[in-house]
Amino acid sequence: MALTDARLGRVRPAPENFLSDEQIQSVKEGRRDFLRKAFIAASAAAAAPAVAHAQSAGDPAILELQPWSTMLGKPVAANPYGMPSMYERNLVRRESPGLTRVGGSSVAFTPLQGLFGIITPSGLHFERHHQGWVDIDPNKHRLMINGLVKTDAVFTMDDIMRLPSVSRIHFIECGANTGMEWGNVAVPTVQYSHGMISCSEFTGVPLKAILDMCGADYRKGRFILAEGADGSSMTRTIPMEMVESGEVLVAYGMNGEMLRPENGYPLRLVVPGVQGVSWVKWLRRIEVGDMPWATKDEAVHYIDLMPDGLHRQYSSIQECKSVITTPSGGQTLLDKGFYNVSGLAWSGRGKITRVDVSTDGGINWRTARLETPVLSKALTRFNIDWVWDGKPAILQSRAMDDTGYVQPSYGQLRAVRGTKSIYHNNAIQSWKVVESGEVSNVQVL
Amino acid sequence: MSRFSKTLIALALAVGTAAPVLAFDRYQGIGRAATAAEVQAWDIDVRPDFAGLPKGSGDAIRGMDIWEAQCASCHGYFAESNEVFTPLVGGTTPADIDSGRVAALINDSFPQRTTMMKVPTVSTLWDYINRAMPWTAPKSLSADEVYSLVAFLLNLAEVIPDDFELNQDSIREVQQRMPNRNGMTTDHGMWPGAPASKGGIGNGGRPDVRATACMKDCKREVVLASALPEHAQDAHGNLAEQNRPVGGVRGVQTGPSTAEQAPADPLLALATEKGCMACHGVASKIIGPGYNEIAARYRDQAGAQALLVGKVKGGGQGTWGAIPMPPQSHLADEEIDQLVRWILSGAKAQ
Repeated sequence: MALTDARLGRVRPAPENFLSDEQIQSVKEGRRDFLRKAFIAASAAAAAPAVAHAQSAGDPAILELQPWSTMLGKPVAANPYGMPSMYERNLVRRESPGLTRVGGSSVAFTPLQGLFGIITPSGLHFERHHQGWVDIDPNKHRLMINGLVKTDAVFTMDDIMRLPSVSRIHFIECGANTGMEWGNVAVPTVQYSHGMISCSEFTGVPLKAILDMCGADYRKGRFILAEGADGSSMTRTIPMEMVESGEVLVAYGMNGEMLRPENGYPLRLVVPGVQGVSWVKWLRRIEVGDMPWATKDEAVHYIDLMPDGLHRQYSSIQECKSVITTPSGGQTLLDKGFYNVSGLAWSGRGKITRVDVSTDGGINWRTARLETPVLSKALTRFNIDWVWDGKPAILQSRAMDDTGYVQPSYGQLRAVRGTKSIYHNNAIQSWKVVESGEVSNVQVL
Repeated sequence: MSRFSKTLIALALAVGTAAPVLAFDRYQGIGRAATAAEVQAWDIDVRPDFAGLPKGSGDAIRGMDIWEAQCASCHGYFAESNEVFTPLVGGTTPADIDSGRVAALINDSFPQRTTMMKVPTVSTLWDYINRAMPWTAPKSLSADEVYSLVAFLLNLAEVIPDDFELNQDSIREVQQRMPNRNGMTTDHGMWPGAPASKGGIGNGGRPDVRATACMKDCKREVVLASALPEHAQDAHGNLAEQNRPVGGVRGVQTGPSTAEQAPADPLLALATEKGCMACHGVASKIIGPGYNEIAARYRDQAGAQALLVGKVKGGGQGTWGAIPMPPQSHLADEEIDQLVRWILSGAKAQ
């Protein structure tokens, strides 16, 4: 049934003047090879399926031999470092216009609306730099350990890469992800609302092993300071408990290759579950100390303003959160009928245990399928079936983690934290679907 | 080969120095002890208890000269500018200095949240200016210069008088006058280490919001609190070109397709990449003059090309106002030459 012209669905009117008289004549004569291009130019929207079924003899994509079936393809290593298809060029990192004035202290967001599974392609990993990014000569890079240790020490990259390594999949989310949306809807798509998150397989050495070598004083030294080698030499305080658990890594690998320079080549800290600013890039130094440092990014920025005028300092954990990535804001559903609603869930406290999805703005919920692997402090992909009846709908997802924490609504979150916090907005995201199939960003209390 | 030799030298150093050996029973031959000079070179952090603070001194009067030469172009003469970064000074009062709480954070009486409204610890200012400023030449300030700049900012915020000598000792008194010194709380559940009761921070991870996972008839009606404002619909470009052209959805058309737009100007791209556009618009002034304003003034002047190349390279002040343009040492000569030609030939915005 669904494969015939009598399929469920509505025909969207073509954009005005979409076809010229001449082109209409061509269609009548059975020529339609230009159609695909014309559609993209006139409107990237939804009419394509209707056209594909307009001719009763069958689909020209089948009936007519396509160029790629009748030509010699390109040789091996034509792209020594492979690139995505030219048809995928829309899915790139993007800045949010007006968010910042200087590219060196800005954000480029990951295009979550087009990604699958849980691993972010390295070239699409979000970027957040405080004073521009640098490409460091790995043979001149050093890691220094000092402070409350028996021996202040220096390690080369050669040293670090000789040590026993581990590889672990974790998400990294900027503390300010969804920060533009605290007070009201501000951005159109999930790329800008949630795109300061990525998830990769990181390879490196547990920091604990290196601190052990230096004879760290674990009794007095309950905090570490991590410092970058770039111009900003960014610093953050991290609890020694996390180092002792073995989960904090000194990482050089990301998704099977070395870190990209934008992500800290050749060495960065991995602090699972904690906001991205603590994953210090271009890591040059770890100091062991007996008190927190109140660095710029823990005394001026990355502090959460509460309604009583106090700022929460050293707020670090990224609490349980989720978002539907398809369909999402700025997209149009092609037609009525079946959809695989797909999204991402994560928690800085552990594993995702359940994700529920609502299509009526949170009145009723159904439990989604969690796709494997489901890992601690990693993105988890969820999917759920949905048949869109062409009526208005509001899509939401709500995640739970293995501490029992349930992702809150905007109403619940604002009741405690107000709207001026900037950081750590983990409220339930709502996408409104209207009759035309257009999806937009809304907030439901 | 050269890399190999360096490695050998490094190993020789590790073996040859008298410093204590690392506890590497398991990982023999990995790492070495740091020299005192190495630790001194990199251990630059300053803590709230002033551990790590170098000796030195400065005052606001000396600070003003450094400020105007190296800081004002981004932050404004009075550290009040909102053009490039959020303002540093403003929104604090003498009453705040007494109480240690900034009232404007409670009553919203100031339009921005400035650095001085937020920062509780004076050590943070010293540490950050020292490690990361100025923006294009970090770590180029002497300790005395950093003291002077901190004094300048504190004086603008009326925390200290302009002849106050700020040094490694007097900075402790200043801490007692920081306007938001009592404005932080660590009573929250978002610190991933031990709680305050065990020598750490916070409440041990107890969340502040307790939601429940209701499944059916969870509320009577759906209250829409906010939707994307009309003016923001196309503020992020054409969404059709930010989505995949295949799958169950397409991006909504919210602007002209790039195919219809003029090809990108490589020199505008260069100016953007090199950070020029942070201070200059094409048509109009941001901090410095717009490129078209520069062209209008110099176009018919003999030697304009060489004159402007010199200004970009060496910096300048006074032609367009008091805010100086710092020297642009990160640009190659060839790039400066091309950019100036582009400006004088009537650069166009896209």
